[in-house]
Amino acid sequence: MQNEFLPLLYSFHFYLFGLIAIAAALAFVTRKSPVAAAMWLVVTMFALAALYVMMDAQFIGVMQVLVYAGAIMVVFLFVVMLLNLGHPSEISDMRGKWGRIFGGFVGLALLAEVLTLTRNPMDLRLIVPAIPASVNATGGIIGNVAGSLFHDYLLAFELTSVLLLIAIAGAVVLGKKRNANS
Amino acid sequence: MLQAPTPTGHPLSDTVAQFVWLLPLLPLLGFVLNGALSLKAAAKIGPSDPSANGHDHGDAHSDGAGAAVHHTEADHDDSHISHDDHPVVRHRYAGLVSLIGPGVLVLAFGLAVAIFTAMRSVDMAQPFVDTLFRWMPVSDMRIDVALQLDPLSMVMVLVITGIGALIHIFSVGYMQDDPGYPRYFAYLNLFVFFMLLLVLGANYPVMFVGWEGVGLCSYLLIGFWFSDKANADAGKKAFIVNRIGDFGFLIAMFLLFANTGALDFAGIAANIDKLPAGGAVVTAICLFFFLGCTGKSAQIPLYIWLPDAMAGPTPVSALIHAATMVTAGVYLIARSSLLFSMAPVASLTVALVGGLTALFAATIGLKQWDIKKVLAYSTVSQLGYMFVGVGVGAYTAGVFHLVTHAFFKALLFLGSGSIIFAMHRAYHAAHNHSDDAQDMRNMGGLKKYMPVTWVLMWVATLAIAGIPVFSGFVSKDAILGAVFERAQGSTLASSALLGIPGSTILYIVYAFGLAAALLTAIYMTRMMLYTFHGPNRTGAGAEASLREAPWIMTGPLVVLGVLSAVGGWLNLPEFLPLGPQGVFDKWLEPVVGDATTRIAAGGGALAPSTEQALIGTAVAIAIAGIAIAVVRLKPAALVPKKNSPEATGFAKVLEHKYYVDEAYDKAIVQPVVNGSKYILWKGVDVGIIDGLFVNGAALFARAAGWMGSQLQSGQIGTYAWVLVLGVIALLGAFARVH
Amino acid sequence: MIAEALTLSAVLFAIGVIGVLTRRNAIIVFMCVELMLNAVNLSFVALSKLYGATGQVFVIFVMTVAAAEAAVGLAIIISIFRHQESVNLKDINLLRG
Repeated sequence: MQNEFLPLLYSFHFYLFGLIAIAAALAFVTRKSPVAAAMWLVVTMFALAALYVMMDAQFIGVMQVLVYAGAIMVVFLFVVMLLNLGHPSEISDMRGKWGRIFGGFVGLALLAEVLTLTRNPMDLRLIVPAIPASVNATGGIIGNVAGSLFHDYLLAFELTSVLLLIAIAGAVVLGKKRNANS
Repeated sequence: MLQAPTPTGHPLSDTVAQFVWLLPLLPLLGFVLNGALSLKAAAKIGPSDPSANGHDHGDAHSDGAGAAVHHTEADHDDSHISHDDHPVVRHRYAGLVSLIGPGVLVLAFGLAVAIFTAMRSVDMAQPFVDTLFRWMPVSDMRIDVALQLDPLSMVMVLVITGIGALIHIFSVGYMQDDPGYPRYFAYLNLFVFFMLLLVLGANYPVMFVGWEGVGLCSYLLIGFWFSDKANADAGKKAFIVNRIGDFGFLIAMFLLFANTGALDFAGIAANIDKLPAGGAVVTAICLFFFLGCTGKSAQIPLYIWLPDAMAGPTPVSALIHAATMVTAGVYLIARSSLLFSMAPVASLTVALVGGLTALFAATIGLKQWDIKKVLAYSTVSQLGYMFVGVGVGAYTAGVFHLVTHAFFKALLFLGSGSIIFAMHRAYHAAHNHSDDAQDMRNMGGLKKYMPVTWVLMWVATLAIAGIPVFSGFVSKDAILGAVFERAQGSTLASSALLGIPGSTILYIVYAFGLAAALLTAIYMTRMMLYTFHGPNRTGAGAEASLREAPWIMTGPLVVLGVLSAVGGWLNLPEFLPLGPQGVFDKWLEPVVGDATTRIAAGGGALAPSTEQALIGTAVAIAIAGIAIAVVRLKPAALVPKKNSPEATGFAKVLEHKYYVDEAYDKAIVQPVVNGSKYILWKGVDVGIIDGLFVNGAALFARAAGWMGSQLQSGQIGTYAWVLVLGVIALLGAFARVH
Repeated sequence: MIAEALTLSAVLFAIGVIGVLTRRNAIIVFMCVELMLNAVNLSFVALSKLYGATGQVFVIFVMTVAAAEAAVGLAIIISIFRHQESVNLKDINLLRG
């Protein structure tokens, strides 16, 4: 739809999802119960997925939902429930008052620093992308990404598959129950 | 010993004088040999502990209570006596030591006489300097170990070796039963070595080596019977008080070098125009030198060690506290006559302090009961006279009094040594271990038992009182005459000290001198009366055993007696035409003549009538003193010490020496001790050094270690913190770059 | 949009850091790390609009590695829990010394 309201609508949605993401992240950080925290993190991830789609990274958005929210967070929740950590513990697992104050302060300091450093270092609009990630005639919405992935970064791709294999093996080994002899 | 070739060009170069280095070397050799024997014996039979033979030398009694603990008068009864009860083993090396100890002194005296003879036939306008080796070459400054022979040093050498030899011979008898016999002679020889270095030094540093060395030997010898703490304390007191004087000597040397660039006598004389005459610098130098003199020669305010030094053996008191060491100060001023003649204020100070000391010590001597204490204060008083002499620029008179005083004071001390020796023998024979052998109240009527000593000591008393024509009369009169002469007109009379005109001060000094002469006659006669005349108070048992000391001790006494009587012939004044006039004056003229002339400038010689009046006054006072003592003092009224009543009133003040020691204790010693204890020890040492630096360093190390250990705590939370902080820091670094 | 996206990414990252510093439960700390990774992913995607497909490719890799890391990490946490019954960071200090 190419009318004069599109940019406005776009901005509105951007800010909407952005605020949802921030609010959910804050909620996530402050929950006592691990399960609640995990849920809030899932919300954050959904918001981010929406943002990805808005930024023409549809494949990434879908991957975010499927892999991150759907697999990784599920694993987290599995482990929480496996270890029966769902209930907020008697001993608070948050640092004391001063710890939280200092933590907040340090985080804000980091934020301030990053924002200061990235304050318009360059004009973001003037550089023409080498390979635009826009819609490709032949490949559809992920044509360019796939082409880049399987041509330029093939080795890295193969290596990640090896990495996943090792991770699986490692997770199995580490998670095994050990009896007294081994 | 490395030797540079003896300097050519001096008339003495090819004579026996080139062996001048042998003079200090002989006593040093004696020290080494005797010391080795002492150690060898100690290795076999144990230390030469003063109480090794079982006798307790420890009755350190103080006559009259009241002295503070720090200054307990160590009247030590010296001389270990053998008697029938327990056989005393003489030291196994006694024979060898008796040969070596006095032997080296006799040899040294012989050499000194030979050199003196050579000097007499030669013109000694220039001193003969024998450089032994380079000591401290530092850029422009070059200090050598060099010995100087000139009339002044020769006089001192003769006195030291001559009287030293006599005293060594006396000691052979006096110390015969002491287990520390070789150690004694080792120390005594070492003392003579240092004293010879002092007087033979051609520059101030060598003199200072001798100066300090004699202080050391004084400490060693005063505390010879160190197992009694009071004796050790007396030794310490002497050394510490001397040290204060040494500080003055050092400052004077520094000032001298800074202003003239030289420290040897010839160099200073050559550069003397760098010091403006009468200026502050010269005065400061002289005053600091005089501070050294007050320490070494026991003047006010540092005389306090000399009476306590009587804790040492009597021959030690005779040698170093009467004849030689305490005269080092007078020698120093005579040697520095050039400087003192340029600083009238300093010279006036010297004369004033000397006069005051002479009078002050004489008053104390009036009421002392220990025979050695009387002589000690007498020494202080006579030293005051010598300083008056050199203070008013009559250097020859002062040094001459030094020589005659050496004769009669050594005689008096050795005589008292004989008395004490005899008293000890008597008490031991009577198994009396409690009475004080040195207290005059326990003596009396000894002329019956010790006639030789009696006669000789009267000779010495007459000499010290100033009866013509004994030696003391000639020298004392020369000094007093010089004071009066300067008072009438001289650079001293024209200047002022603290606003008071110099002539007034000199007249006051003259009055002090006369008063002191009167008191000297009185207390010396008192001593003789109480000791030798009247009834005997030793106690029936002991009295029977009193007898004269052996000839090895009385022999030297005789020699000294003759010298005390005829010593005056060395410097006969004009009104006594009994022989060659002023031999001593002429002898010392090359050394001190210029300085004397400079000080006397502005005045003339005394009119003969004035001179006769002065002499008459002096003689009259001396005779009056003796008469007063004879008439007013009743030896028969005395009782032995243990029964004697406590003194009262002013007599008590005198007996307690004006409580000076107690005053020093309260004013100086206690604050220093307390300050050291609370500020320096508890404050600085424990608090700051131990607490802050030592413990603090340990604490700091622990804290640093704790902080470091936090890096490895294993706490992941801490690691995360550090990580984030590191990231912030790194980003901050980038921020700076932009 | 890109600038705002980058700002949002920075904020989410800071929130993740605060979470890591503040929480003592090991699993929650882990999840905060995931949040930080997500923030970075957002940054990459935003910048890929400027610099091309490489950004998105990198996001794929990040997600893959995050998955592997989550698997292994949680396996470790399980084995720690078996050892000492607690996932409080205070008790996990065997790296001490």
